[in-house]
Amino acid sequence: MQTEELKKVASQVRRDIVRMVHGAKSGHPGGSLGCADYLVALYFDAMNHNKDFSMDGIGEDLFFLSNGHISPLFYSVLAHSGYFDKSELASFRKLNGRLQGHPTTHEHLPGIRIASGSLGQGLSVGVGAAMSKKLNNDGSLIYVLCGDGEMQEGQNWEAIMFAAKQKTDNIIVAIDVNGQQIDGSTKSIMGDYPLDAKFLAFGWDVYSMDGNNMQEIVDTLKIVKAATGKGKPIAIMMKTEMGMGVDFMMGSHKWHGIAPNDTDLANALAGLPETLGDY
Amino acid sequence: MKTYPIIDKKDTRSGFGAGLSEAGKENPNVVALCADLTGSLKMDAFAAAFPDRFIQVGIAEANMIGMAAGLTIGGKIPFTGTFANFSTGRVYDQIRQSVAYSGKNVKICASHAGLTLGEDGATHQILEDIGMMKMLPGMIVINPCDYNQTKAATKAIAKIDGPVYLRFGRPVVPNFTDENNFEIGKAIVFNEGKDVSIFATGHLVWQAIEAGHILAEKGIDAEIINIHTIKPLDAAAILKSVAKTGCAVTAEEHQMNGGLGDSIAQLLALNNPLPIEMVAVNDSFGESGTPEQLMEKYGLNAASIVDKALSVISRKK
Repeated sequence: MQTEELKKVASQVRRDIVRMVHGAKSGHPGGSLGCADYLVALYFDAMNHNKDFSMDGIGEDLFFLSNGHISPLFYSVLAHSGYFDKSELASFRKLNGRLQGHPTTHEHLPGIRIASGSLGQGLSVGVGAAMSKKLNNDGSLIYVLCGDGEMQEGQNWEAIMFAAKQKTDNIIVAIDVNGQQIDGSTKSIMGDYPLDAKFLAFGWDVYSMDGNNMQEIVDTLKIVKAATGKGKPIAIMMKTEMGMGVDFMMGSHKWHGIAPNDTDLANALAGLPETLGDY
Repeated sequence: MKTYPIIDKKDTRSGFGAGLSEAGKENPNVVALCADLTGSLKMDAFAAAFPDRFIQVGIAEANMIGMAAGLTIGGKIPFTGTFANFSTGRVYDQIRQSVAYSGKNVKICASHAGLTLGEDGATHQILEDIGMMKMLPGMIVINPCDYNQTKAATKAIAKIDGPVYLRFGRPVVPNFTDENNFEIGKAIVFNEGKDVSIFATGHLVWQAIEAGHILAEKGIDAEIINIHTIKPLDAAAILKSVAKTGCAVTAEEHQMNGGLGDSIAQLLALNNPLPIEMVAVNDSFGESGTPEQLMEKYGLNAASIVDKALSVISRKK
């Protein structure tokens, strides 16, 4: 898909995110908005995937969301990719729905392959799925998205150490480096932690990009895909702005996990063109 | 009281190792992960026979469980191997979210469960694992009693779809069951009796049979039932037995809270309230010692089962 078209999809996805969180009166708009460009680029350009969902995904690239709280983004991208009807986005966080607060396989929503929400588990799952691909002689790729705050969870470093040892070179892990977490900036919580240097020290192939620049995302994904299969797992340090696309949600951790009121919603939507039709 | 000849004496973990190798031969999708305890779990033969399907994960159990969940995507059947303590308490949230809630076909295989781990002491002697695992929705929990049953259970769980917790142990114990007489979820009646139902699991099953002989000498006709599958519980077999005997004793190498006794007490309370007594560890940690010393000190042996049986019979109306 052309970059301008991808930007239009991202605008619609951002509209969906704020509307879903507003409708549920709860959820996590900040990180969802920040990662919207990346997930759109994955599902509408980089990944080879099939909207006719099968859990095993043989012959397809697979995506795992580790920071499950940005579920509104995941659901919107899956709906616009054709996994389920976009009208279902209105059921986000509602009783008897498939769009649970955090993604789950339990309600059989097409497109979801693992439950996530309790942080720090998605990377291990992705490495396991990558090994499964290799055992099946399936040359397709595994993509994982993690938050930067989430990297404080120790399990990630077990997986990072293992993947390098195992030469898991069919996995591309993006870290959403927005520098924010619930209680404040990542720096105020855990000091400086240069994740790129840590991944390098663990033996990974490390790239960086502006995760809110669609052209740069598309170009970087082409480069990293070409770098797979060379004996090293791949990490992308993806600099984003939490709340990107909604001016008053940007620049702080305030909108990590709260819902916009009616006025906030109107103000947010005013800056986000409806490009594919609201749900 | 029926007599069960001892075929030989072996550790249940070796039954796991043998069963895993056979499952690997039967199904190329079976893969094994181990957290630096390959020899202790007796996974060496599988690792040697199927090096491409054996994954050494290092001392990193949380990652092992997460990777096992991921391996199922694409059709693999992962068996994870480490001590019971590190298979459950250490990784409970990983099992809960990535395996149980996600409905993944992961077989969590746990050795060195309970007091019979012995000299290493309470840090490693988990007595809470059955309780933790049976609380997870959809989790099957199996605690076989000897080498043959552990081997049979290992092969059986490879053939069903869904998460399983398989618990076994370290010490060499009598091997006496028929490998071909094992079905997940189906209790095994080792002796039919009319005076008391003794429901035993794991290493306590042989002790229950020995208790049955002692009780027979006292003129008491005990029904001895092996509950290897703690979840799903064979409710029909249990209720049928107590309807006949009118009382129950449970025996297990686990805390009373959360164990087999607790499951059977719940079943009886809801369906047929009858006197019940439990042979189990009562809200205590273990300690260092030989397996035999520990089982005696904490009352997990035939003598304790006899005492509880006499006591519970006296409570019958």
